[in-house]
Formats: sequence, C-alpha cells, structure tokens
Amino acid sequence: MENPGFLDRLKTGLQRSREKVASSIGAFFSGRTGIDSTFFTELEERLLAADVGIAASQRLVISLRSMKLETAGEVLSELKRQMVAILPRASGSGSAFPRLTLFVGVNGCGKTTTVAKIGRLLKSEGKSVLLVAADTFRAAAGEQLEIWADRLDVPVVRQGSGADPAALVFDGIQAAKARSIDHILVDTAGRLQTKKHLMAELEKMGRVASRELPGAPHATLLVLDATVGQNGLVQCREFQQSVPLTGIVLTKMDGTAKGGIVFSIAEELRLPVEYIGVGEKAEDVLPFSPDIFVEALFENRS
Amino acid sequence: MLEGLSDKFQRIVKRIRGEGTLTESNMEEALGEVRLALLEADVNVVVVKNFVEHIREQAKGQEVLLSLTPAQQLIKIIHSELVAVLGGPSDAALLKGRDSLNIKGFPSVFFLVGLQGSGKTTTAAKLALYLGKRSLTPLLASTDLQRPAAREQLRILSDQHHLRYFEGKSTTVRELGRECFNEARLKGFNPLIIDTAGRLHIDDALMEELVVLRDALKPSEILYVADSMTGQDAVRSSQAFNERLALTGIILTKLDGDSRGGAALSVREVTGKTIKFAGVGEKSGDFEVFQPERMASRILGMGDLMGLIEKAEEAVSIKDAQRLQEKLRKNAFTLDDMLDQIRQVKKMGSLGDILKMLPGGMRLPSETDIDDRAILHTEAIIQSMTLLERETPNVIDGSRRKRIASGSGRSVQEVNQLLRSYAEMRKMMKRVRFGKRIPQLFQKST
Repeated sequence: MENPGFLDRLKTGLQRSREKVASSIGAFFSGRTGIDSTFFTELEERLLAADVGIAASQRLVISLRSMKLETAGEVLSELKRQMVAILPRASGSGSAFPRLTLFVGVNGCGKTTTVAKIGRLLKSEGKSVLLVAADTFRAAAGEQLEIWADRLDVPVVRQGSGADPAALVFDGIQAAKARSIDHILVDTAGRLQTKKHLMAELEKMGRVASRELPGAPHATLLVLDATVGQNGLVQCREFQQSVPLTGIVLTKMDGTAKGGIVFSIAEELRLPVEYIGVGEKAEDVLPFSPDIFVEALFENRS
Repeated sequence: MLEGLSDKFQRIVKRIRGEGTLTESNMEEALGEVRLALLEADVNVVVVKNFVEHIREQAKGQEVLLSLTPAQQLIKIIHSELVAVLGGPSDAALLKGRDSLNIKGFPSVFFLVGLQGSGKTTTAAKLALYLGKRSLTPLLASTDLQRPAAREQLRILSDQHHLRYFEGKSTTVRELGRECFNEARLKGFNPLIIDTAGRLHIDDALMEELVVLRDALKPSEILYVADSMTGQDAVRSSQAFNERLALTGIILTKLDGDSRGGAALSVREVTGKTIKFAGVGEKSGDFEVFQPERMASRILGMGDLMGLIEKAEEAVSIKDAQRLQEKLRKNAFTLDDMLDQIRQVKKMGSLGDILKMLPGGMRLPSETDIDDRAILHTEAIIQSMTLLERETPNVIDGSRRKRIASGSGRSVQEVNQLLRSYAEMRKMMKRVRFGKRIPQLFQKST
C-alpha cells in the first residue's frame, strides 16, 4: 500500500497539524540534549495535549524513565519506537465478494464524506462500488450521499427518510448480488453511544447483513473525529458491544487535532486505524501506516 | 454531562472524608486527583493548571486546614471556581436562567459558526424553535454552499418544525447573505439565523469568507457551535475563531452523550465568551439556556435536581399534583393513578434522562438497561383492564389475568409483575405519606 507519493500526500495532509505538533512534541525535543528534572513531566504534558490520554501517556513516560536513557535524542527515538509499536497494523482485506463494510460513528464525525472518499479510492483501484444510504434519520443525509454517488459515478441505494435502515442493508445486498458489485459501503446514521435503541438498530443491521450475505459485515469501521478527546475510547467500547468493530477511520486530520486517542484505543482494544481523512475533497483519504503516522507527527519542520 | 468529573470528585471527597481532617499533604493529593479528573475530562492542560492553582490559592486563603468540615469546604471552593469558569457572576442573565441574546437591528442577524460536524445545522433549527417560543419570528437560512445537501438538510428541518426558511438564488456566500438579509427585512422576520459552512480554523480562505460575510451583514450574534466531545484541540479552534471573528457566545452540543464535556471549561476559559445554550438531545426541543450553576453541580455529583424539578413542573400541573396528594392521603391510590403517574413521567422525557438527573443517578452501571418500552407495556396492560379492575385490583383473578394478558399482548407473568409492583408502590406511598423518606433520598450523595 506504500504507493509512490504516499508520504508526500500524508505530509501535506498533516502539514498544518504538524505545525501545532511541532510546537508541542516536536518542538519539545528540538534544541534539547540532556534530560533535566522536569523533562519527563513536561513530556507527559505534551503527550496529554495531543489527546494521547492519561493512562497511555503515563505508561509511555514510565517506561521511558525506567530505561535510564542518557540523551533527549535517545528518548525521542525510543518514544517513536514505542508509539509505533502500540498501533496495530491493519489486516489485509479478504477475497470474497461482494464485501460489505459498515461505517458507524457518532453524529458529525464525518461518516458520509468518508463513505464517499473510500468509495472513490476503491473505484480508483478498479473495484466496483455500491453506496447504501442507511442514514434515514438525519434530514438530507440520503441526498448528501446521492450527490457524492453522482460525482463519483457509482450506484447508490436509498429510500425515503424514516425507512428501516436494516431494510436498506437488505436492498443493498440484493442489488450488489444482482449487479456483481465488489464493495458495498453502508453509511449509517450518526448515533451517540448512549442511545440504546439506536445501538439496537445497529445490531439489527449487522444481523440482516450476515443473514443475507455470509461473512457480512466483512468490515465495520468506526469513524472517529480526530478532534475527539477521551470519549473516543468510550465510543469504541460501546459501539464494539453492538457491532464488532474491525477498525477505525480517523477523520479531519487536516486540522490541528492530532488524534492521539488512537493510542489509547490501540492499547485497550487493539483496533487498527485503517484510513485517515485529510481534507474535504474526495481524494483526501489515505490508507494508514503506523510508522509514517508517528514519523510525520514528530517531524520537525525546518 | 461531565459525569467523569463527578465520579472523580465523589471519590476524592470520600477519601478526604475518611481521613477526617484535611492536612497539607492530603490536600495536595486531592488536588492531584482534581488535576487528573480534569485532564481525563478533556479539559485543556493549561486550563487545568490554572484551575488547580486557583483552587490551591483559594483553599489557602480560606484556611481550609482549620475548618471543621474541610471536605465540604474544598468541594465548595471547587464548585464556585467551576461556576466562575463556566459562567461567572458577570453573566447575570445566565444565572437567572435567561438567555443573553443580543437582538439589535431589523433584522438582527445571528451567525452560527464552527468546525465541520459540530452540529451547526441542527442547532440552527433548535435555536429558531427556541426563539419562536420567545414570540420572535426567526428566518432560517444557510450559506453552506460547500457540503452536499447541507441547505436541503436545513430546509427539511424547517419544514418539520414549521419554521420559516429561505433558500435564495445567489451563488456566492456574500451575495447569498445579502439576499437572505433583504428577504428577512422585506418580510419582517427577526432575527435572521444564518447557518454557515463548517470549516477548519486554519483554513485561511474559508475564514476570510466568514469575515467578509460578517462585515457585510454586521451580525449582532456570532455564536460558536462547539462539540462537547472535543478533546485538547478545543482551545485552538475556538481561540482561532474568536480571534478572527470576535465571537459573541458559545453553544455546546451533544451533551446528551457520555462525554465528560471538559471542552466546556476549555472553550469558555480561552475565549472568555459566554456559553449561551446547550444542546441536550436529538429532538429539536432538546435545547436549553446554559446554566453554569447546574453544570457545576453536576460536575460535583450533586445531580441535576433543578433540572428535574423544572421538567416535573412542565409535565405535571398543580391540579394533578394536588389530586394525587389527596389520593395519597386517603390511601386511595389506584391502578388508574399509577397509569397517570407513568404518563407524567413519560412527559418528562425518557427514564434514562430522568435517572441521570438524580444525585448519584449518573453512576448507574451502564449495563442497567433502562427500557422505555417497559413503560409502554405497563400502559398497555393497565389499559386492558376494566374500570372496576383498575379501581379495585383485588378482583383480578386468574381468568381476568389471562384476559388482560391477551388484551395487552403481554404475558400473564408480566401482568402479575405489574400487580406486584403496584402493591409495592402502595406500600411505599403509605410511608411517603408521613414524609420521612423523601428528604433522605435527596441527601444521599456528597
């Protein structure tokens, strides 16, 4: 997946966020050589400021401290190594088609845009794609996905608002079978994980999918806004209860937020980040790579 | 809201309470816990530092160490400091439960601005609905030419709630803004609420577009819509929006989730702007004037009793309440009355919402499934009874139970269960009549 130009594109996407990171983690190390008495306390604060979370930050700092490293440079490379090690790698996709992917998440995290972007990515890889507008709750959500489908020139399945989202999953699968489509991408309504009835609705969609298509949903991706704080971990836990998650899409990485919450999520749930969203345009999505992600976060702009 | 904080604080209090006296060292420990709690709640690192420092100073100044009930005093200090950060005594209107919207000009113009996905469009409709209740005639419009179907979303929401919406024909944001302004002025709508496109605070071109729109329309309110789930980045984005546009206020959204909402503290601290409203649910009526006192109480685990009382007042008429009291006094509480009660509770919102407002209520284990359908089932069962059965449940024998079960589509066991809880309730009512239980219930936490 390391296609040419990947690093460049990720860098551009992360450029602006790196400016901020540079003033936090990156800048922390620049110009530092020795380790003074407040070194680790300050480092922990920089990690916290990146939403890495208390538990993960403390573990990292404690482990670095215990290694009795002598220079800031050694700490830096060890920190990078450990952060990369925390992030699980995405497992390759299976070979059975059609392949159904469910996109879930809270309100406003960017599900619809993400579905469109990943649809475009798969299409550019020569796969056939069908979008399913199973967000029948939010006003004009279906229209939004339909406009995307038009732009990308891929088929879309939708019904009027208020329709049963599980019925749309059913329709989508039938349509995909009939037209021998490779990828079914299902956009779902945003739901806060505290709404039991909406989480139950999600379970039902999963059930219908697996009944109509063996092995489905083949992937269930939680779309996570990079600006989210510690609630991101709670979201993962709770969604996991309703539909087994297979990975994360980290959106809005073109802002100043760093999405540090993925480290907490990785530590607790071993969920890999599959893609990151770095802009508003259809092509602004990238497959995720832990090494490049961490490297880019630490990079100090000259 | 901020349950995490309240959890933590409750633990701290317990610990201090256990030690009896507040010493210099255990106060440091308590403050350390406060720091962690705030960080876990996503309050910005710098804001946390300031907050803890304030508390330390305040605590010293008030000679907490000599105080008779140090734990209570520390809580009081934390509480008032939280109120100060969240609202501050200067926001007098908020403390009185009134909004502090600035309605100036014909029409006056309100902007809703913020990052993508913070909830601007939903909030626009909620705000219009709220203003409608204030006997104003708002006009909704959107200058979001960016996101596909964004304007369609606002149009549909307006239709659903019988709100006035204007689409316009212009193709640039500035012209569209002007067109909406003229429409509002000609047709006598006031205020004009403009839902703007979501944008990143570092997107110069789009931020400039907002500045141009602002200079053209001179809004009396520029409200920053902030997602309460935001993490550390909340300070950067809100600060940037404020520097560029000079915000007039903040609206917090998605407070019905279980995020700890520390962003509220951060945003308030770095912008210095009033948090004017809070979005607390999916329905368009789930929108209220932000109340710093109440929020601070929630943070401290005192529960949102004020909110509960208000909801109850809305749902239960005084006459109903008096009638019920009379019944209680005579111990003539029937199944019909139980049905009434259930319906009143339903009017107050979902059971989950209500439980959250009770002291300690927010600490219900998350597995406790609060099923609102159970209320429906109970309703169905009671409605399948004859009037006689509702008045004198003693007559309900085996065959009646069977009939009621099939009439309501529930099982006989469920009918039995309902009758048992009714009997329990009657027993409880007897005790309540003598008025000793309720105060105890409310003192449970802190």
